[in-house]
Amino acid sequence: MPELSIETVDLTRTFKGPSNTTVKALDRVNIRVNQGEIFGLLGPNGAGKTTLIKILTTLLLPTEGDAYVAGFHVVKQASELRSFINLVSGGETPGYGILTTRENLWFFSQLYGLPRSIANLRIKELMDKLQFAEYASTRMHKLSSGYKQRLNLARGFINDPKVLFLDEPTLGLDVLSAKNLRQFVKDWVRNDTEKTLLLTTHYMAEAEEMCDRVAIIDQGKIVALDTPESLKNKLERRRTVKLEVRGSSSKFGDLKQFSGVLGVSQSQDIQSEISTLKVLVEDESVISEVISRISQSGSKVISVSKTEPTLEDVYISLVGRGFEESEAQSTTQ
Amino acid sequence: MAEVLRKVKPKAQPSEISRNLRAAYARAWVRVKATKKEPLWAIAEITIPLISVGAYVFLYRALNAPPSFASFVVIGGTVIAFWANVLWNMSAQFYWEKETGNLEMYFVAPISTMAVLLGMALGGIINTSTRALSILIIGSYVFQAPLHLSDPIAALIVFILTIISLYALGMLFASLFMLYGREAWHTANLLQEPVYFFSGFFFPITGNRFFPFAIQVAASLIPLTVGLDAIRRVLVLGAGLNQIPLHVLGLVAFVSVLLPLSKKGLDFMERLAKKEGRLTLRWQ
Ligand SMILES: Nc1ncnc2c1ncn2[C@@H]1O[C@H](COP(=O)(O)OP(=O)(O)OP(=O)(O)O)[C@@H](O)[C@H]1O
Ligand SMILES: [Mg+2]
Repeated sequence: MPELSIETVDLTRTFKGPSNTTVKALDRVNIRVNQGEIFGLLGPNGAGKTTLIKILTTLLLPTEGDAYVAGFHVVKQASELRSFINLVSGGETPGYGILTTRENLWFFSQLYGLPRSIANLRIKELMDKLQFAEYASTRMHKLSSGYKQRLNLARGFINDPKVLFLDEPTLGLDVLSAKNLRQFVKDWVRNDTEKTLLLTTHYMAEAEEMCDRVAIIDQGKIVALDTPESLKNKLERRRTVKLEVRGSSSKFGDLKQFSGVLGVSQSQDIQSEISTLKVLVEDESVISEVISRISQSGSKVISVSKTEPTLEDVYISLVGRGFEESEAQSTTQ
Repeated sequence: MAEVLRKVKPKAQPSEISRNLRAAYARAWVRVKATKKEPLWAIAEITIPLISVGAYVFLYRALNAPPSFASFVVIGGTVIAFWANVLWNMSAQFYWEKETGNLEMYFVAPISTMAVLLGMALGGIINTSTRALSILIIGSYVFQAPLHLSDPIAALIVFILTIISLYALGMLFASLFMLYGREAWHTANLLQEPVYFFSGFFFPITGNRFFPFAIQVAASLIPLTVGLDAIRRVLVLGAGLNQIPLHVLGLVAFVSVLLPLSKKGLDFMERLAKKEGRLTLRWQ
């Protein structure tokens, strides 16, 4: 039996929303993450990912339920827990702009009481591995946002935590930096059986590439939890069909009304006026109906292809809509 | 990576006290370091108070006031440096720290936020002391303000007590303003002028005919007033500690009330912030 590293029991958190409404950011969340695991939280904007991470890192109190990290209760034993965790939120750059990269890391190492010799060794090692040693003496406010992000990530490792929380660590990074960063983090967990990583992301591919297990979260609820493989296997009988459509800019959400269509996601290329529809079907026979429906609406189907199911397809099948759409919805709310 | 990190593991987790002391030291270090990198600021912070000191000195001279008035004013200008530092770099500080995400990092780390506040205060005292001393020396020389240094120990004790009580007040403000956004900044602004006035930076408050007794009592609830008055009595009027026992007692009382109060305020605000989700600016 591997040791449990994170456990939540009916974890619930509500916020006061605008004009006396209440927002259920987390709704009876139960997850168990083992030591040595890379665990992903996947979900659209406003799903509750950051809220869960804040509770687990002692920054926010739950409204109901309990949570344990590294064997400590996140509320009752918060101060004991903090030595063993760290948090990196992508897109934020804690530290002092006027200090150099190295000085900032030294400062943060002192919040964990690291003796100078150990702090210096770690800082050097982190700067080498995350490839910003050349900026060691550059003031933070002069760094590009990608390097700030590396510095922020390095900060997360400064206390060599047992459990590391990464909230959208690759947000805004270029492809190559994001790839390096993922590799670095993966190695860190793989090389030590006592480490655990919980990361949130909106990027399906990131979750798929990195995570041992993924929880899909939507509107505060865990809607699925498994390895990326078995989540996809559950879709095996089902098929995802990719249709490229040119013409009218209509929305095809109503295709869901066809029995046999489990979910639809739509994305639009503004330049070419081509929409890509991903239609998740129970059975391929429904595809011809779908195509004729699209033609009736005045659009033209220019290609049809079957794809391997991805985590995004899992998401579509569970929530009935694609990621981009949920986001469009939550931003127009 | 991990192999190396394992090699550089400390033998044991650092103790709670050592963690907090290191954190306080590091926070103070950031302050001192930042000032060294912006030397122009320090010069401005010496020059500007000297100018207002000069204005009052000339005013008193025009009124044919005794030369000791110049000394009063120079001491006022010296202590003003600390008060400005307390307001701007203590009270409103957590607002900036929240904006950068630092506040969350303090709360995630295994330290007490009191250590951070203490570090901020310490760094502020170190930074401001050099400035204040420059104001005192330059001011008393340029404006020919006579100072008594017959009892340097008394001067030092009163001075240290004043500074500690000022920064203790700053720590209290910082914790109370932790949850505020820009309002903290406005409040600091709001507090600056009236306190200059009532604490008597540029004219003596107690024992004079201008202020009614009630206002004198109210003003002495500000540690600044008491401290300033005590320093002036020692440095200008040549008083010893035995002549100002109430001042000393008052300052000790301020410190012993303000420090625990700011710890309480901090705990309360921390809990409130975690309850309401107000540690970041994102949702404000
Ligand atoms: N401090 C807060 N005060 C009020 N409401 C909040 C607060 N924090 C989060 N919420 C609300 O709780 C819900 C969940 O937010 P959360 O930040 O956890 O989502 P998320 O999954 O991290 O989204 P994103 O992908 O945008 O980061 C949202 O509806 C949000 O508006
Ligand atoms: Mg988030």
